[in-house]
Amino acid sequence: MTTAVAEPAPDSRVNYLNANYGFRSWLFTTDHKRIGLLYLLSITVMFFIGGSAAVLMRLHLITPGGTLVQPATYNKLFTVHGIVMVFFFMIPSIPAVLGNFLVPLMIGAKDLAFPKLNLLSWYVYIVGALFTLYAILAGGVDTGWTFYTPYSSTYANTQVIAAALGVFITGFSSILTGLNFIVTIHKMRAPGLTWFRMPLFLWAMYATSVIMVLGTPVVAITIVLVAFERLLHVGIFDPKLGGDPILFQHLFWFYSHPAVYIMVLPGMGVVSEVIAAFSRKRIFGYSMVAFSSLAIAVISFLVWGHHMFVTGQSIYAGLIFSVLSFLVAIPSAIKVFNWTATLYKGSISYQAPMLYALGFIGLFTMGGLTGLFLASLATDVHLNGTYFIVAHFHYIMVGGTVMAYMAGIHFWWPKITGRMYPDGWARFAALLIFLGFNLTFFPQFMLGYLGMPRRYATYPAEFQVLNVMSSAGASILGIAYLIPLVYLIWSMRYGKIAGPNPWNATGLEWKTDSPPITQNFEETPVVTEEAYDYAHMPPMPSAAELAGHGDSNV
Amino acid sequence: MSQHIVSVRSYVIVFLALLGLTALTVGVAFVDLGQLNTVIALAIATVKMLLVMLIFMHVKYSSRLTKLSILAAFFWLALLLTFTMSDYFTRHWTPSPSDWGPSISQPAPREK
Amino acid sequence: MEQQNESGTFGMWVFLVTEIMFFGAIFAAYAIYRSMYLPAFEFGSRLLDIKLGATNTAVLIGSSLTMVLAVHAAQTGKRKALVFYLLLTMLLGAAFLGIKSYEYFHKWEHFLVPGLRFAPAEVLPAGVTVQNLQLFFCFYFFMTALHALHMIIGFGIMTVLVVMSWRGRFSPEYYAPIEVSGLYWHFVDIVWIFLFPLLYLIGGRY
Repeated sequence: MTTAVAEPAPDSRVNYLNANYGFRSWLFTTDHKRIGLLYLLSITVMFFIGGSAAVLMRLHLITPGGTLVQPATYNKLFTVHGIVMVFFFMIPSIPAVLGNFLVPLMIGAKDLAFPKLNLLSWYVYIVGALFTLYAILAGGVDTGWTFYTPYSSTYANTQVIAAALGVFITGFSSILTGLNFIVTIHKMRAPGLTWFRMPLFLWAMYATSVIMVLGTPVVAITIVLVAFERLLHVGIFDPKLGGDPILFQHLFWFYSHPAVYIMVLPGMGVVSEVIAAFSRKRIFGYSMVAFSSLAIAVISFLVWGHHMFVTGQSIYAGLIFSVLSFLVAIPSAIKVFNWTATLYKGSISYQAPMLYALGFIGLFTMGGLTGLFLASLATDVHLNGTYFIVAHFHYIMVGGTVMAYMAGIHFWWPKITGRMYPDGWARFAALLIFLGFNLTFFPQFMLGYLGMPRRYATYPAEFQVLNVMSSAGASILGIAYLIPLVYLIWSMRYGKIAGPNPWNATGLEWKTDSPPITQNFEETPVVTEEAYDYAHMPPMPSAAELAGHGDSNV
Repeated sequence: MSQHIVSVRSYVIVFLALLGLTALTVGVAFVDLGQLNTVIALAIATVKMLLVMLIFMHVKYSSRLTKLSILAAFFWLALLLTFTMSDYFTRHWTPSPSDWGPSISQPAPREK
Repeated sequence: MEQQNESGTFGMWVFLVTEIMFFGAIFAAYAIYRSMYLPAFEFGSRLLDIKLGATNTAVLIGSSLTMVLAVHAAQTGKRKALVFYLLLTMLLGAAFLGIKSYEYFHKWEHFLVPGLRFAPAEVLPAGVTVQNLQLFFCFYFFMTALHALHMIIGFGIMTVLVVMSWRGRFSPEYYAPIEVSGLYWHFVDIVWIFLFPLLYLIGGRY
């Protein structure tokens, strides 16, 4: 609730940030909020490493002849970009940063079910990251992030084992996080917080955790088999020795397809929260959105063969996978319709989180629709292995998840740091990212349709114009992503001090201080309202109020 | 955690049953029952697993959530097996231009 | 406390779910290759020592019994019995690992270790190639080694529990770590319950 009394500066109040000082208090913390920040720092570093690889690739592709890097190096660049972005940025991003921070707050608990396992998961992530960084520095990997055999198991002479081990180890970080969330959400909800009163972000985290727990072990053992084969030269996946490379792909994609839903479901959770807050309405069709999260988690495991349509897989299996792939689009579509219906007749404000969330809805929809072309066997034969695929998944992962991640970071920034970020700069960055993104990846749909293969260091001259457009977009994107880095860090010291609920949003996390005290709540909250009770909340503060000019609720 | 305390007698009975089933499965391995050998071996193993799970691991006295989680795990494993097998078992239904490598055809493969 | 105990047990079950998928995937790969190369896999299976395998199965089942008796002792507040049964579990586990090591050594002596030393002296029946036989032994070693690794980890956990039990850290009100470790140990037993027939018993030994 708002009052006219000014809050004391957060620095003078004890919260989780200033409760203890020093490296040891951070490196040995079991506070989920601090662990979330440790993850934030780590994945940001990895994001810029993976991003640098992408920038180099796009610079190289400005000319068809490509002279910036050697073709062998180009192969290493796209591999490193994939491995780092998928395993070390996308998969942990929203769950390990926002999930870790918010899950206990949103359910009214002091911490997760297993705080020490939480810290362990971060250390495991770091060890995995170090193995991968070693692989990069010691010569790189050039197998593609998909490690297809028999190239990765027999013929590659790059740092496959180190990179594979890095991925294997980080997988356990994922498993531990998922395990923690599942137990926490089942067992530690505050009194009165029934499943159907939970914010949809928690449903999304739960569904994501189910996927993490069921899928990751399969890819873990598969990668170990590749390392095993590489070391001992036995024929597990090598056709010359009786192995079947397609078996690798089955086992790999059994996880890696649901993995893309690990990446996108949390984003959808964030979008539900932001859309509700910035439309001042409860989410239309709450239970449909909740159930669709679970449906996505289940159906995502039934479609992996659509990555293998052209591998020599049985065509009958291909048919089944194709039909199921069309099916998996339905729950996602349900969510998009529900968000749009939420916007209808809402009282909409356009702060940065909302801009990102709206961007998500549009770009995710485009990416999702293009997935239908790929789910269809006949068109996939033409489009597979081309830039169409690259554009498809970047629309979902970057236009979708990364934008949702940015939405979440901005939305909960005041809660995490006790400071507001400068919204003017944030909106500028959001628009620049949106423009840069579309300029980068829309031409790639066209390139793919026209036949330009992916993972190639050179291309025929007729594709140059589109490539130049894409590279121009990538340059804009690269700069645009740096802008939030600057103003977010700036805001930690100079940002306007935020109160408990600067957005007048619903949810238990907004009922405690910004930043919260270490044990989150003075007393365990009791929940009596349904989620998204915006009818009984004051309106969104004006832009002027949020920026700190004139009367505010802080 | 089950507060229910299972008696030592029950544990010993299950233990003896497990030993008995082990003896049974070893014995059956020396009898030629064709394809049934594998089926019976897996069936006996499944019974042993159920005994260990229900009694030793107290699943019989556990919450519905625990039981659901275990079922989910086996269901997912079944998904992995079934869908992957569906590829291998149906590859030969369409003719391929050349020998595309190992695959499975019914009933008893004698490949390569 | 009750909620913490419930959480701990449920947490271990969620972890075991991941283990089911972890081992399950390798079982799936084994099943597929067995279907592809049945004669080779059957022949390889016949080269394994069924007596040692059966003994190990009995040993592991015994260790599961001692484990539940340990839990029972904790539930009924019998400290010395708890320590005794935990030690017995460890002893049986060590026996299992000992027998396994002997089996591995035997395979090494007979040149049946894939990648490192594989040159079987046996005459291969029709339909069996050296490579497919090697594939069988790949799975044999990989699956049993993975299982053994889990046992060694379990061994480490038991050691910690023995020390804690000896120091009287457990009571009828608090024995969750014993119960939860027991779940892990039984799971490792269940994996072997499937490994034994799939590797040793379905090789057409008749």
